[in-house]
Amino acid sequence: MRDTPLSRFLDEFRRNKVATGAALFVFVIVFIALIAPLVTPQDPYDLAHLVLRDARRPPGYVGTGGYTHWLGTDSQGRDLLSAIIYGLRISLQMGIIASGTAFVIGAVVGCAAAYIGGRFESLVMRIVDLQLSFPAILLAFVIAAILGQGRYQLILALIFAQYAYFARTAHGAAAAERQKDYVEAALSIPLSPWRVVLRHILPNSLPPLIVVATVQIASAISLEATLSFLGVGLPPTEPSLGMLIANGFQYLLSGRYWISIYPGLALIIFIVSLNLVGDQIRDQLNPRLRR
Amino acid sequence: MFGFILQRLWQALIVVLAMSALVFCGVYAVGNPIDVLISPDATQDIRAAVIAQYGLDQPLWQQYFTFVGRILHGDFGRSFVYNMPVSELILTRLPATLELTLAAVLFASLVGIPIGMYAGYKPHNPISRAIMALSILGFSVPTFWFGLMLIMVFAVQCGCMPAGGRGETASLFGVDFSFLTGDGLSHMILPALNLSLFKFSLMIRLARAGTRELMLSDTVKFARAAGLSEFTVLSRHVLRLISIPLVTVFGLELGSTLAFAVVTETIFSWPGLGKLIIDSITSLDRPVMVAYLMFVALLFIVINFVVDLTYALLDPRLRKGRA
Repeated sequence: MRDTPLSRFLDEFRRNKVATGAALFVFVIVFIALIAPLVTPQDPYDLAHLVLRDARRPPGYVGTGGYTHWLGTDSQGRDLLSAIIYGLRISLQMGIIASGTAFVIGAVVGCAAAYIGGRFESLVMRIVDLQLSFPAILLAFVIAAILGQGRYQLILALIFAQYAYFARTAHGAAAAERQKDYVEAALSIPLSPWRVVLRHILPNSLPPLIVVATVQIASAISLEATLSFLGVGLPPTEPSLGMLIANGFQYLLSGRYWISIYPGLALIIFIVSLNLVGDQIRDQLNPRLRR
Repeated sequence: MFGFILQRLWQALIVVLAMSALVFCGVYAVGNPIDVLISPDATQDIRAAVIAQYGLDQPLWQQYFTFVGRILHGDFGRSFVYNMPVSELILTRLPATLELTLAAVLFASLVGIPIGMYAGYKPHNPISRAIMALSILGFSVPTFWFGLMLIMVFAVQCGCMPAGGRGETASLFGVDFSFLTGDGLSHMILPALNLSLFKFSLMIRLARAGTRELMLSDTVKFARAAGLSEFTVLSRHVLRLISIPLVTVFGLELGSTLAFAVVTETIFSWPGLGKLIIDSITSLDRPVMVAYLMFVALLFIVINFVVDLTYALLDPRLRKGRA
């Protein structure tokens, strides 16, 4: 194997057993979510396959379909395992789309502010700082409440709540790069400002942004679940994990714990794994912890 | 210093205005409250009368100016659903949220800081590692799911705690509080625990990081050399030094706890502000939505303003009129 920065990075990553395990977990979960229709025993949203007689059965119950419901069934006789895998798919989609867009917007805004400087920079960063002084959940909640239920409304709310984190980080990194000689050199050739920002400053500002991204994807998924639970997120036709948990809430008091617990466990395992991976990447990219 | 305060005040004012316009326009894009207010078989005359009564027949900009004018007089309008002044409604719900938030933040600080200091004092001890693992979990577990688990374990399985509501309240200075009665207190424990989970993990991490750094410092070395007991070193010197960042976070987190109270109050049917806003969203109670959002925005602006001022007082660079 050639000794590239990437291979060195991966070598170091592999030395942390916990983080490697967590990364494996993330990959497995994403993979299962991607091929959901192939691995689930039931298509949970094909109403023709749902039998009401099977509703609210405990884990291990063998249903009318002839297969075991390992995690039980929900109030409509839906196999919970299948519902969770499909729910993960929706949650992941929302998290990746929202954080991805927030990443792009934040990176462009942050880099542009650092490059242009002056009035523009102070105005933009003022707005960003102001936004960061409100908790993300409050912003997302307000926007989601104003826009109402729906997929695009929710994505918009998440982007609005998250872009500021990326913009702040990108601005910090880009402002440091802006001072360096290679940027001066590139500008004096002269390369166009766009090219310098996109091909020179941005790639060098990426490492801290990647760290923020892992954390923000996890927090986007958690935010989405919370908003859906509160009823201002996704509509009931697109049951993410948060919606599944909310649906099970009303049965919790009668002792039917599995409808809420298992979707929650799936959510937590995924978020904890993502956070562990993010922690390790941050430690590796942090120059102050370098020997 | 004076210029700095003026500048911040000016900025706060702009933010308030921007927020009010945003919230007002945004909320008015949601649904039609008339459908909720009037039964479908009401006559046209009644419809027109109700629409005129709530000022909904005027153009949007005019409604906005009426709205701002009334807010300046302290009048937030009447709730469509409860048929009482919104400001009164918010004031009756506020104590419930305040006592819950305070209980949560106090718990997080009073329990979280000692635990975090212990973890920082003996960083390689297995107990400390367990504490850190718990705090990572505390960061990752969504608040609402943790609340459900609390209900399931303590209210459903063991039946030793009530699952929701505020319990019996007692009056203090004419305001009802739960923490004054035994029954109310038992109703408060689970929601307060739920709400404090995130701050709790945060306090543990901050206290641990601060203690770990300080244990290697000269302050601690000299205090030990002077023959002070380990407990005195920790409680008199380390705690005092790590408390500066902790106090800042404490202030900032009060606000975000208020935001998370929406989730906790929904789960435990705690009749506070958070429950009010969720109910008003589902019933399209516009005046309550607008007033709540404005109230929270104002609260945050005030908190940030106070934090800025404190920094200005503490930081000599800001004091010298760098404004």
